[in-house]
Amino acid sequence: MIHRYKLNGYNIVLDVYSGSVHVVDDVAYDIIGMYEEKSREEIIRQIQSTYPDITRDDVLECLGDITSLRDAGKLFSEDTYAGVAEHLVKREPILKALCLHVAHTCDLNCSYCFASQGKYSGERALMSFEVGKRALDFLVEHSGSRRNLEVDFFGGEPLCNWEVVKELVAYARSIEKDAGKNFRFTLTTNGMQIDDEVIEFANREMYNVVLSLDGRREVHDRFRVDHAGRGSYDRILPKFKKLVAARGGKGYYMRGTFTHLNTDFTEDILHMADQGFDQLSMEPVVCSPEDPCALTEADLPILYQQYEKLAVEMIRRKKEGRGFTFYHYMIDLGHGPCIYKRIAGCGSGTEYLAVTPWGELYPCHQFVGDPAYSMGNIWDGIQNKTLQEKFGTCNAYSRSQCQDCWAKLYCSGGCAANAYHTSGDIGGIYEYGCKLFKKRMECAIMVKAAEAEMCEKE
Amino acid sequence: MKRIKTIETKDLGKSAENGGCGECQTSCQSACKTSCGVANQPCEKKA
Repeated sequence: MIHRYKLNGYNIVLDVYSGSVHVVDDVAYDIIGMYEEKSREEIIRQIQSTYPDITRDDVLECLGDITSLRDAGKLFSEDTYAGVAEHLVKREPILKALCLHVAHTCDLNCSYCFASQGKYSGERALMSFEVGKRALDFLVEHSGSRRNLEVDFFGGEPLCNWEVVKELVAYARSIEKDAGKNFRFTLTTNGMQIDDEVIEFANREMYNVVLSLDGRREVHDRFRVDHAGRGSYDRILPKFKKLVAARGGKGYYMRGTFTHLNTDFTEDILHMADQGFDQLSMEPVVCSPEDPCALTEADLPILYQQYEKLAVEMIRRKKEGRGFTFYHYMIDLGHGPCIYKRIAGCGSGTEYLAVTPWGELYPCHQFVGDPAYSMGNIWDGIQNKTLQEKFGTCNAYSRSQCQDCWAKLYCSGGCAANAYHTSGDIGGIYEYGCKLFKKRMECAIMVKAAEAEMCEKE
Repeated sequence: MKRIKTIETKDLGKSAENGGCGECQTSCQSACKTSCGVANQPCEKKA
């Protein structure tokens, strides 16, 4: 399967199953489009009718190049991965990541919060050290030969339970060497309680820090308000700047959410960049379609345009020496994930679990609070094996809607939670999300094409 | 090739032979928490 598209002056041909990316001129673009359908003479006739200056020999030369690429497995390659998908379904689940809900409470009161202002449709609660410690032991016990273990301190707002976070990090560090593990911690925070002590600790111990900022002040303060209704922008921005400046090059993401009310979200990303941040992420809101901030069908063309605008602006800024990264455009074409990862996806419910303040296990943070998706607890382990098996079958090859989709090896069949919340089934798809995802991948690959061209010129 | 430039990419077919160590990051653990992009996860074997 191939996917051809034109964007920002680039003609791009993606060979889905080999992962090859080709940048071609208009003539080759058209020839590739006809290669499998039409005879050689028909292709020559059509090309010469569209491009009068192109000779028969030119077309034949291009056809020869296409055939060489096909024979080298870089164009029109066959799908040989069904066996890989089957292997993934049958393998024993090995746990390697936990989302620790250390605080089901929050010092902000954002109305668009998927976690119901941190409460996840339940009671406010803080995780005790004992529960967190048992969760870390549970992770080590079920991680088999995996060395790198990921723990995200999540909420609500994890800084509402900061002492326990620090104690848990200290505990993990005390056991990791003997256990043959390497803990990688992430802190996801709204920034309200960041101070010098948090900055020092987070920059020492956290492999990644995710900082919530929605962009421009008026956009951020529309939703991200405290319990008195006051916007948080002016309070958090200086703290984020201080934390990032002291981070010493370690990873972080400035992460925002956009909604129907700011479909011009590129302005918000650029606002972040203009504030000096260079590792950026901006996600579409996850909420009920009835919510006034929910994205609509009419928003789609605007969002497509915004993603394109962002890609073009990123290229421009990179050329000017002031580039930044955008999470969804970070495609590592040369050293990215192997085919197993591309098919298996996020591993929710199998490799990745969320732990509530009470030690209950869920397939991921987006299922927390839904009793139908309670999987067990950190003392007794996974009790709902049927649910675990169902999550184990979710991959790029498990959904009929994905079979002819060129993007399936970039999204692995999509997010199970999004599929569940929109189609009622984790084995379904979230079509709106698919459309945005495909646009983002087209932009991401185009940016790579532009960067390759920049390298060539240098 | 005159009309086709191929960007250097990982050969997914070959990665079926030596991939699958499972040490790479869980995709949702990084920035998004709301989608399932995998292509931006670096391979731990690259070093």
